[in-house]
Amino acid sequence: MSKIEFLMGNEAIALGALHAGVNVVCGYPGTPSTEILETVAKMRDDSVYVEWSVNEKAALEVAAGASYSGARTLVTMKQVGLNVASDPVMSLAYVGVKGGMVIVSADDPGPISSQTEQDTRHFSRFSKLPCFDPSSPEEAYEMVFEAFEISEKYNTPVILRPTTRVCHACASVKVKDNKIIHIPDGFVKDTMRWVIFPKTSYMNHIRIEKRYDELSKQFCESKFNFINGTGKIGIACGGISYAYVCEAVETLNAWDKVKIFKVGTPHPFPEKLAVDFIRSADKILVCEELDPVIERELIFLCGKYNLQCNIFGKYTDNSPVAGENTVESIMGYIADFLGIDYSEKIYKPDVNLPVRPPVLCAGCPHRASFYAVKKAMKGKKAVFSGDIGCYTLGNAMPLDMVDTCLCMGADVTIAQGIHRIDSDTVNFSFIGDSTFFASGITGVINAVYNNTEIVLIVLDNSTTAMTGQQPHPGTGVTMMGDIVNKISIEKILEGIGLEYIKTVNPFNLEESVNAVKEAAALPGVKAIIFKAPCIAVSKPQKYLTVNNKCIKCKKCINEIGCPALVYTDKGVIIEKGLCTGCGLCMQICPVNAIE
Amino acid sequence: MNTYNCLLCGVGGQGTVLASKLIAYAAMQKNMNVRTSETIGMAQRGGSVVSHVRCGDNINSPIIAKHTAQVLIAFEPGEAVRCLDYLSPDGVVIVNNKAVMPTTANFGAQYDENEMFDYLKKNVKNLIIVDGNDICNKCNSNKVLNIALLAVAAKTNKLSIGIDELKKAIKFKIPEKFHDINIAAVDYAVQRYI
Repeated sequence: MSKIEFLMGNEAIALGALHAGVNVVCGYPGTPSTEILETVAKMRDDSVYVEWSVNEKAALEVAAGASYSGARTLVTMKQVGLNVASDPVMSLAYVGVKGGMVIVSADDPGPISSQTEQDTRHFSRFSKLPCFDPSSPEEAYEMVFEAFEISEKYNTPVILRPTTRVCHACASVKVKDNKIIHIPDGFVKDTMRWVIFPKTSYMNHIRIEKRYDELSKQFCESKFNFINGTGKIGIACGGISYAYVCEAVETLNAWDKVKIFKVGTPHPFPEKLAVDFIRSADKILVCEELDPVIERELIFLCGKYNLQCNIFGKYTDNSPVAGENTVESIMGYIADFLGIDYSEKIYKPDVNLPVRPPVLCAGCPHRASFYAVKKAMKGKKAVFSGDIGCYTLGNAMPLDMVDTCLCMGADVTIAQGIHRIDSDTVNFSFIGDSTFFASGITGVINAVYNNTEIVLIVLDNSTTAMTGQQPHPGTGVTMMGDIVNKISIEKILEGIGLEYIKTVNPFNLEESVNAVKEAAALPGVKAIIFKAPCIAVSKPQKYLTVNNKCIKCKKCINEIGCPALVYTDKGVIIEKGLCTGCGLCMQICPVNAIE
Repeated sequence: MNTYNCLLCGVGGQGTVLASKLIAYAAMQKNMNVRTSETIGMAQRGGSVVSHVRCGDNINSPIIAKHTAQVLIAFEPGEAVRCLDYLSPDGVVIVNNKAVMPTTANFGAQYDENEMFDYLKKNVKNLIIVDGNDICNKCNSNKVLNIALLAVAAKTNKLSIGIDELKKAIKFKIPEKFHDINIAAVDYAVQRYI
């Protein structure tokens, strides 16, 4: 029994897991994966437990414990989140699971919203975990079922690796009416199985290497891997690139010329199917995003089986090594490969298009916090280490307050490293509340323990803003809907041993500037918590207006760059639809023209 | 015509996502296959956003190929110019007449909306400029711009759905207390622009 529903790829993955009888779902927000766990929370019945964990490592370990106890589990994260979770993932690959575990790691070609263009398919090879790579929301839904089956058959976590254009695409998806009921049988003590030791790891290493061939054979029969077409020119592809290849071949009217090899399980690679494909093709073009994973496998198989076939792709400069594919780019590669005349003119209208870099929202408390620090440090030597979140946008002009950004939590520790070399500089580290809980605390302990000198600025806006307002340990609500004690950032810092901790409302400019000056002058590790809610989780106050005292000096615009402040030939005006009445500009105007 | 491609473009927060959902829902009611794709993430914060909507047979990619959109619904004139290469040669552009100034315009990156309209007039055969403010004022709501633009698009017969289907989608997808203003926006837009 089935029905058609219009689902985003991430919703399809969530429904797939729910229909496959998932019992426990954990994750940490990260574009493009966030909506998976949110959909589970919205659609689950009482038998399903769901949580935003403090970070990906915690999420994976909670899920591992549940899987040891027989539960089907789903863990969701973005690709850089998998780096955070990699310690438990690598060991769990050896130890294995009892209840099925599917790890969703969403890759982001482009990158559109990420620090790196890393390829989870490599991680799957590195960790020796089977990997599914969906080409559409429909396929993502189906793959979740098979991933759970493989996971339980081989007692191994399985990776599902969608990319942004699958996660955030919507499609009419055929979904099941009923769900599989999976009842966990509880944790059964077995130290040889659940306690990782060098000796058992040696045995497990042999076990997981051995399953490669068996899985590779099984994947040759999988509906997610197939060869389509009768032409002599081979095109190998996987993920969203498969959809683009189909569009391109259709548009170029080249179905009679090509044969397509679609790979839905990049690891273990469907070897026999691939060999058949190589043998039947005169030459092969590989269309894939991120790293040349399929391309390398095909080249490897040519060597392994002594096959004569030229493989073209990223290694041969037929396609670029970075950035995402599009229908047009793939059309270009295929046309070129087939000798069809096709050229896509680069569109460059001869006008000055508006430039729209993402900016902090009007009324964003981060703007006020950055401005206060900037003002307090004017003329002083200071370095501002930033972190991952909306507040990375504090780098934009006119604030220009982010000197470094690396990965979650790194602001706190990068600042310490800079201090060791530039000890006459005031080193600031800016961290959001969710990032603080995710991976900032250990960095603060490191700072206090090693007796360094930094000013920690916690930008506490009571939510995980960048990914769309998820709750975290400081918000007092969970994804199960429970109201719990809010974990206090002040008390954590107190417990670590900080002596100067001040909580300030950043919209009180004078008090904020004074706090920063005070903290910067003290020795050791100091903290200021700028506490004001994100505009997305609070009610705006009445919008402000500009009166006739305005002298058109543009100081408000030039100092803080709020999108609600617009300069026109009549002077500065305030966009009432954007203004939240935060009052920061009022405190900057030299002639009291804003009220 | 087997495939209907509609590109919606604008600035984060203008309501392109809801508009694309309405088209998708209405097309699905007609048993069409539908694929859409949205901009989600960092770019939403005041950046350029696009929604791709594809309905009909034989669609694989959720992204519209360049030069194949029969309809381009632009919530902002600069964004219309930015996305114009998606338009098919006989496609129609429905564009809101009000520019959204980027924050960077305050720091010298000038943006001239007239230049955009001149470019559109010169390069688009079927151009419909919609006075979004006028419709919003008539309906006493600044939230109906997306519905008004959608209504004009539906009336061109190049979208996969018609006016009645759009109204049904509004009643199904939008909370009841907003039905009247949105239906009024549809009626006013259709009478005013076609």
